[in-house]
Amino acid sequence: MQTTPFAIPSKAAGAGRTFALEALFWAAAVAAIFLAPRRLLLLNEIAILGLFALSLDLVLGYAGIVSLGHAAFFGLGAYSAGLLLLHVTTNPLWALFAAALSGGVLGFATSFLVLRGTDLTRLMVTLGVSLLLGEAANKLHDLTGGADGLQGITAAPVFGLFRFDLAGHTAYVLSLAMLFACVLVARRITASPFGMTLRTIRDNPLRAAAIGVPVTRRLVAVYTIAALFAGLAGGLLAVTTQFVSLDVFDFARSADVMLVLILGGTGYLYGGLLGAVAFKVLQDVISTLTPQYWRFWIGLLLVALMIAGRDRLGAVFKRVPRAGGPS
Amino acid sequence: MNATLPALETQHLNKQFGGLVATRDVSFTLLRGARHALIGPNGAGKTTFVNQLSGVLQPSSGSIALYGQDITRLRPDLRVRAGLARTFQINQLFRDLTPRETLGIAVAQRLGSGGRLWRSFARDPAIAAESAALLAEFRLDDVADTRTASLAYGKQRLLEIALAIAARPKVLLLDEPAAGVPEDERHEILGVVKALPADVAILLIEHDMDLVFAFADRISVLVEGALLVEGTPAEIAADARVKAVYLGSSDHG
Amino acid sequence: MLTLLFDGIASGMVLFILASGLAVTLGLMNFINLAHGAFAMAGGYATVLLTTHAGVPFLASLPLAFLIAAALGALFERTLYVHLYARPHLDQVLFSIGLVFMAVTAVDYVMGAQQRYAEVPGYLKGRVELFGVGLGRYRIFIIAVCGAVAFALQLILGRSRFGAQLRAAVDDARTARGLGIPVSRIFTITFAVGSGLAGLGGALGAEILTLTPTFPLKYMISFLIVVTVGGTSSITGPFLAALLLGIADVFGNYYLPEIGAFVTYLLMLTVLMIRPQGLFARPR
Repeated sequence: MQTTPFAIPSKAAGAGRTFALEALFWAAAVAAIFLAPRRLLLLNEIAILGLFALSLDLVLGYAGIVSLGHAAFFGLGAYSAGLLLLHVTTNPLWALFAAALSGGVLGFATSFLVLRGTDLTRLMVTLGVSLLLGEAANKLHDLTGGADGLQGITAAPVFGLFRFDLAGHTAYVLSLAMLFACVLVARRITASPFGMTLRTIRDNPLRAAAIGVPVTRRLVAVYTIAALFAGLAGGLLAVTTQFVSLDVFDFARSADVMLVLILGGTGYLYGGLLGAVAFKVLQDVISTLTPQYWRFWIGLLLVALMIAGRDRLGAVFKRVPRAGGPS
Repeated sequence: MNATLPALETQHLNKQFGGLVATRDVSFTLLRGARHALIGPNGAGKTTFVNQLSGVLQPSSGSIALYGQDITRLRPDLRVRAGLARTFQINQLFRDLTPRETLGIAVAQRLGSGGRLWRSFARDPAIAAESAALLAEFRLDDVADTRTASLAYGKQRLLEIALAIAARPKVLLLDEPAAGVPEDERHEILGVVKALPADVAILLIEHDMDLVFAFADRISVLVEGALLVEGTPAEIAADARVKAVYLGSSDHG
Repeated sequence: MLTLLFDGIASGMVLFILASGLAVTLGLMNFINLAHGAFAMAGGYATVLLTTHAGVPFLASLPLAFLIAAALGALFERTLYVHLYARPHLDQVLFSIGLVFMAVTAVDYVMGAQQRYAEVPGYLKGRVELFGVGLGRYRIFIIAVCGAVAFALQLILGRSRFGAQLRAAVDDARTARGLGIPVSRIFTITFAVGSGLAGLGGALGAEILTLTPTFPLKYMISFLIVVTVGGTSSITGPFLAALLLGIADVFGNYYLPEIGAFVTYLLMLTVLMIRPQGLFARPR
């Protein structure tokens, strides 16, 4: 491979620094296994939420689609994994595969609905799909246990070796590994010609088509990939907690993941991960102070952030500031 | 491919917006390698016409053919692949990308690698080489890695044209390439336009008559959505009807 | 059967009053306000508290519910919403979700999570027989009030000077300002009236909807359905959509209780798939 003709010196230095920061992030994530052995269940939740937010970043940050119902894919993945574990096999990896697959299939099928119309129609369709699935899970009591949730799930040890322990060792390592793999994939995809054409669509769909970019096909592809990631995140929740309930489809879950992504910043992949850390730590702290009403403070945070302006927050995390967001 | 087929041809093209007729029975032929200008007063429907050619708008009736192939209902991106590219009167650029990235994407899309998920955009030598050549040709190399939104206006206009050329079109529609460019920078645009490959058929929509007469060997005049007259620059300059149209509206030179 | 239809019309009417403000702010002003239901909830709780604790007669509590919700609307519009008019939809969505979360938890904290009912006077209880059909007195009352409000709204938006000014301000705020139209005051008034109507709807609906702290979340989708399915080109579209939704809901709950909301969501998705501009929008 020849040297990169695209990198001018200052960019190369920036890329090196970015790489160092990335390495630091993953080193910290691994070190946490040893440094915070009592908080592994929380860390597991963070990793899953981070993966879920990474998925939303592909949709929102890279393709500019505002979704109010991203939980649809997460929830479907969770139920697919849970049902597979209950009825077919206890192998957790097959369950994760089923979760990702079901998320991806749903993403592909609904992408054609989502790509039509305005922001408002997109909000309605994404919200509608998640509510529809939540209602279906509620009413299909015999299959899903309805409001009681899927109970009695057992997952066999990963590779037959690593049992899911109460401290959450296996859970966290598995979720972190999946998150790492997905970040690598997303990183590769967003830096590919395909990923670059996505940016043109977000910036100016009219011109994107005028240079030959098949806009719809690109959006369908990225939506499907994102849904696959979200399904996998849901599957991880089912496998590592061995329980699935209706709240996987909750509107609050879709709203939370948006907040997570906005907290960390859109369009550079690590926003969702950093946002997940910030959100979960915040939630943990607030809910020890006021267990029932923590959501009030989350709401206040959202309102304050939006009044102050999203871009100002982004500047805290982002190395490369980008003016304006997807709209 | 039949050598006598025109590069681009419309037959009885009509476009209505509600009760307003924006394009009126336009049958127009653009020959191979043409240097053709389309002029007309403000509101004559020039941009509407171009938007139908490029697929941004669907005509109400009539047909459009590119080298004999009917493209009337073809999606805009597929028209580009078929060899029809355009620029926009108002810059339609990717504000957050640099010119190098912008042109690279257009090149990648043309080379058929725009859908590749699993290879690096930045390390593709074919893309890099061709975008570097385009940057040099359009005098953009000094700003190649600046964010497009912060480029000088004249540079953005050049990028508009370069972006269309990156698709290696057989037919190029230039919608007022010099619109809004200050007097002393216009020669740069004209220089670039004149240096475009001779085998590309070009349709130039323009208000600036100096530019039109310096460039075109054939001129069509569009008035109220319909073709008024077509001829050589000398014929158009001498045409009484054209004079009447332009004397009627004061803001064109 | 006819009784069901009548009940459906009544709840559709209430739904229209609830959502009519949103039809204007979202439909006309293009502002995505997911917190609209919070103002409706404010009206609902106002009526509950006034009638049960302060001894205010039910009829008198209705205009008070309107005023309280409208005042809250005006306050929030001036202090918060005004900063978000020009922002991307994403910001508006996040901001209003934040407001919903705050409203839900704050009401839960103050009022408790259990369902609350308004004190409806005796003469509005029970049924009357009309042409052999049993009709609830309260539902007749609702239809009368909501019908009058809907009619007035249609007149104000369609015919009055205020309606014309609002449409001008929405079309092009800068030009409207140049013409001497007080754009920001018009937006405030519109927002306040919309919130007030939501409050009135919440008060009227305290009896037939479920008034709990999660009200804004529970009915958010219904309001949005009314606006998107109804289309944004007139107030008649949302009106018809609200009636349709109310009737479908009542019939669905009666005949197909095991599917319930599923059908509603499916219908909404189908409509949006076929007609993204809304069912009753004039095709362009």
